[in-house]
Amino acid sequence: MKKLDRKQMAARVARDIPEGAYVNLGIGLPTLVADFLPKGREIILHSENGILGVGPKPAPGMEDDDLMNAGKEPVTLLTGGAYFHHADSFAMIRGRHLDFAILGAFQVSVAGDLANWHTGGADAIPAVGGAMDLAVGAKKVLVMMEHLTKNGESKIVERCSYPLTGARCVDRIYTDLAVIDVKADGLHVVDTVEGLSFEELQRLTGVPLKRLATAA
Amino acid sequence: MINKFVASPAAALADVPDGATVMIHGFGNAGMPSALINALIEQGARELTIVNNNAGNADTGLAALIAAKRVRKILCSFPRQSDSWHFDKAYRAGEIELELVPQGTLAERIRAAGAGIGAFYTPTAFGTKLAEGKETRRIGDRDYVLEYPIYADYALIKADRADRWGNLTYRMSARNFGPIMAAAAKISVVQVRETVELGELDPEHIVTPGIFVKRVVKH
Repeated sequence: MKKLDRKQMAARVARDIPEGAYVNLGIGLPTLVADFLPKGREIILHSENGILGVGPKPAPGMEDDDLMNAGKEPVTLLTGGAYFHHADSFAMIRGRHLDFAILGAFQVSVAGDLANWHTGGADAIPAVGGAMDLAVGAKKVLVMMEHLTKNGESKIVERCSYPLTGARCVDRIYTDLAVIDVKADGLHVVDTVEGLSFEELQRLTGVPLKRLATAA
Repeated sequence: MINKFVASPAAALADVPDGATVMIHGFGNAGMPSALINALIEQGARELTIVNNNAGNADTGLAALIAAKRVRKILCSFPRQSDSWHFDKAYRAGEIELELVPQGTLAERIRAAGAGIGAFYTPTAFGTKLAEGKETRRIGDRDYVLEYPIYADYALIKADRADRWGNLTYRMSARNFGPIMAAAAKISVVQVRETVELGELDPEHIVTPGIFVKRVVKH
């Protein structure tokens, strides 16, 4: 079995984003997806701070303090892009106008509950940003995360032990081992990395998985 | 003759009292009204409640206001950052109260204040810690959380251009909270890069109409 590295995970997610989609990429791992979007497709990236049509990083020396993404990194604007204020930006999110939100996660539950904002630690300073709005607002919520914690525990769980970002909001999980759909009747495995059997994935995951029906 | 131009940041903020609620525009450095924040620090008002997306970065702007111990409470969505050390220290020392608000709820609560909305139901945060103790309601097939407006005494805003009526344009993603904070505050004070003659701003391109703006300072 060969686990996907971070770039391969980003490429795997990018493959599934269709022409014309409006997409918000969360901070961290999801941001990498931008580099792998298929060249032939027009896909419009949204940034919470008020940008549609986020372009690539500017060339060195061309950064502009007034043009940042939600992670506060300098970006550019594609031809056809637009700026707007924060309430409009979150109307796009909450009002179900975004096709996809791609988010990192600490844990996802069998029911599609998402935990990605707070470890719940007593000394941790909580910060939420736009995660809760994206979780409830995007038409499809895609999660990208490693399948297992550093201690080898499954991050796909029966119930999240970390504080929730949103309840029953995740549609699909992309990990370094598999792609899994969250449906009303449980978790359906869409594909697995080369050399990983369904049985082995099931053993590592610890919550019940279903094989995707071929007709689905 | 209407003239909202004020001579200096100090003159624009001279009347901020202790205990005021002050919205501060900006997302990171984009739109941060540094000259106004510096003037507020100089002015000396204490026990402030601050509304911003973050809780200050590095050692300038809002971070400097916090370091000067002028902030009693902060409402924001994302306080913890790699360079939020002044907030982190004040928070851990129990010197500053934090009301953590999801970013879209923060924006909509500010918008609601400026728009005369008494409260609103949002699906964001339902079933999470941030909705604990709040009224909820099922409408149709979704669950919502009741949220109230955030009003402010002052808003400190950075825009790009302004005329003497207070009409504003912004630059790129520095627009962020400007238009909604300008409407939510009793007194909005705007720092601009350039002041122009009435009529120079294309009416089709004015983002914040002057009715939402009280004072303009070129800086």
